[in-house]
Amino acid sequence: MIEAHVSATDRAQAAGPCLTCMAAMALIVVAVVASFAYLGIDYRALVAGDSLRLMLKFIKEFFPPDMSGAFLAKTAWAALQTLAVSALGTLLAVVAGAALALPAAGRLGTAARQGARLVLNLLRSVPELVWAALMVLAAGLGPFAGVLALALHTSGVFGRLFAEALENAPREPERALHDAGSGAIAAFVYGSLPLVMPQWLAYTLYRWEMNIRMAAVLGFVGAGGLGQMLYFHLSLFQQAQASTVLGAMCVLVVLVDALSSRWRRGLAPAYA
Amino acid sequence: MSAALRPALLDEAQHDPQAKARLGALLLALVVLWPLAQLAEFRPWLLFDGANLKVMGNFLAGFLPPATNAEFLGLLLKATLETLAMATAGIALAFVLALPLAFVMTQSLSVSRIGPGPGRWRSLAARAAVRALLTLLRAIPEVVWALVLVRALGLGPAAGVLALAITYGGMLGKVYAEILESSDTRPARALLEAGSGRIAALCYGLLPAAAQELASYTVYRWECAVRASVVMGFVGAGGLGQLMDQSMKMLNGGEASSILLMFLALVLLADALSAGLRKLLA
Repeated sequence: MIEAHVSATDRAQAAGPCLTCMAAMALIVVAVVASFAYLGIDYRALVAGDSLRLMLKFIKEFFPPDMSGAFLAKTAWAALQTLAVSALGTLLAVVAGAALALPAAGRLGTAARQGARLVLNLLRSVPELVWAALMVLAAGLGPFAGVLALALHTSGVFGRLFAEALENAPREPERALHDAGSGAIAAFVYGSLPLVMPQWLAYTLYRWEMNIRMAAVLGFVGAGGLGQMLYFHLSLFQQAQASTVLGAMCVLVVLVDALSSRWRRGLAPAYA
Repeated sequence: MSAALRPALLDEAQHDPQAKARLGALLLALVVLWPLAQLAEFRPWLLFDGANLKVMGNFLAGFLPPATNAEFLGLLLKATLETLAMATAGIALAFVLALPLAFVMTQSLSVSRIGPGPGRWRSLAARAAVRALLTLLRAIPEVVWALVLVRALGLGPAAGVLALAITYGGMLGKVYAEILESSDTRPARALLEAGSGRIAALCYGLLPAAAQELASYTVYRWECAVRASVVMGFVGAGGLGQLMDQSMKMLNGGEASSILLMFLALVLLADALSAGLRKLLA
């Protein structure tokens, strides 16, 4: 059936312009036009004389940023808190993800596998910010809600990735240990874990990097760190302070990007 | 000689040869983790605090059954359409923003790189400037842009669409340029050497080989944009997120669970649509 499809496309290409592509194009154009029409945003009003001036005034209020020592110290503290939230959230997610990966890789029977996969999908498909809004209800305002939110979403991601790594790893070393009389846990720890560990570690570092960026944002719903500061100062119309926090977010993201790309380049031969 | 060695070997075997290293690593982990836990105010017992348990319990108890009254369902449908429209409009604007930037940044379309022409330094500077601009656009997450723009444009989808356009414009521009440079650049070079213009070299030299990958990446980004526009609603940029935020602030569990279900359905639909489109393109 796939072959028939390919040859039909080939024939269409040989005959002239591809009809499916043109239909898809038309559909996309219609979707875009309909979207703009549905939203009914008056973009002309955005660039009309008066609102453009207001916009410029709004942007100007962000400069110069508040660079007083006390405020910089506060921002640095919030940035540290963001880092701590991301690190702890990722760490908890590694533990929970590994615990869920074992049943999800089918080591405890088919029923457990299906159940674990369902839980992982649920955890993964709710975004971090929604988890954070829920966790603020469960644990109160503050960075701990952010830790829990990151841990919940990321353990869904880790569970799936770790389980895939486990399924792809060869089973012979573990079976050999098992046959030689070692217990199930020892056989797993010495037979399978060393094989998947490099991959698990690579996933962990990669997700940690993403979580640092996410942790800076989670504060918008009250989960501490840089995000909460930004939300607070923007709500009070303190644009100068907000712009310092924005600058700190930028620096954090660029720094993490640069460090991780260098680190990953260093690791590359081990995982390639 | 072997008899003398054997007791020592056995003695060694009784011990974990890495005991010291393991103990050191454990201590180091504790020393690092303790301040982290302090900074992040890691207090798990708060979860089992009476007042928190009651709030969360009531909220979760309201999840079943999901709200299904006609008025709310109408609101939900409207918000869902708004989310989809936001994602589509945002990606369209991002595409319009990314196209010229990627065109300027693509090295394989540089005429002055072929022979040391007069405009060499100028074009190098232009490419560096565009690269820096794209990095700047990408560096701030779309939710942050949305939060700031809501202050300027008011509550509603306009802020969300612009925020998506800015961040995703930066991402699309960078990836477009990378795709164009990593595909076979010889046809474009041949065209440029034969004296064709840059746009003609792009259309006839680079696009035929790279079009599928470009389109596929754009569709993938649309899928991400659907998810992002839900999240952006939480800061007031309209759509499902804003509705969810309101329901949560009023602790209305039934509405929250309806919205969550709708959100999951929407993400699955976007996944399936994007996978289908990409298969069509492949």
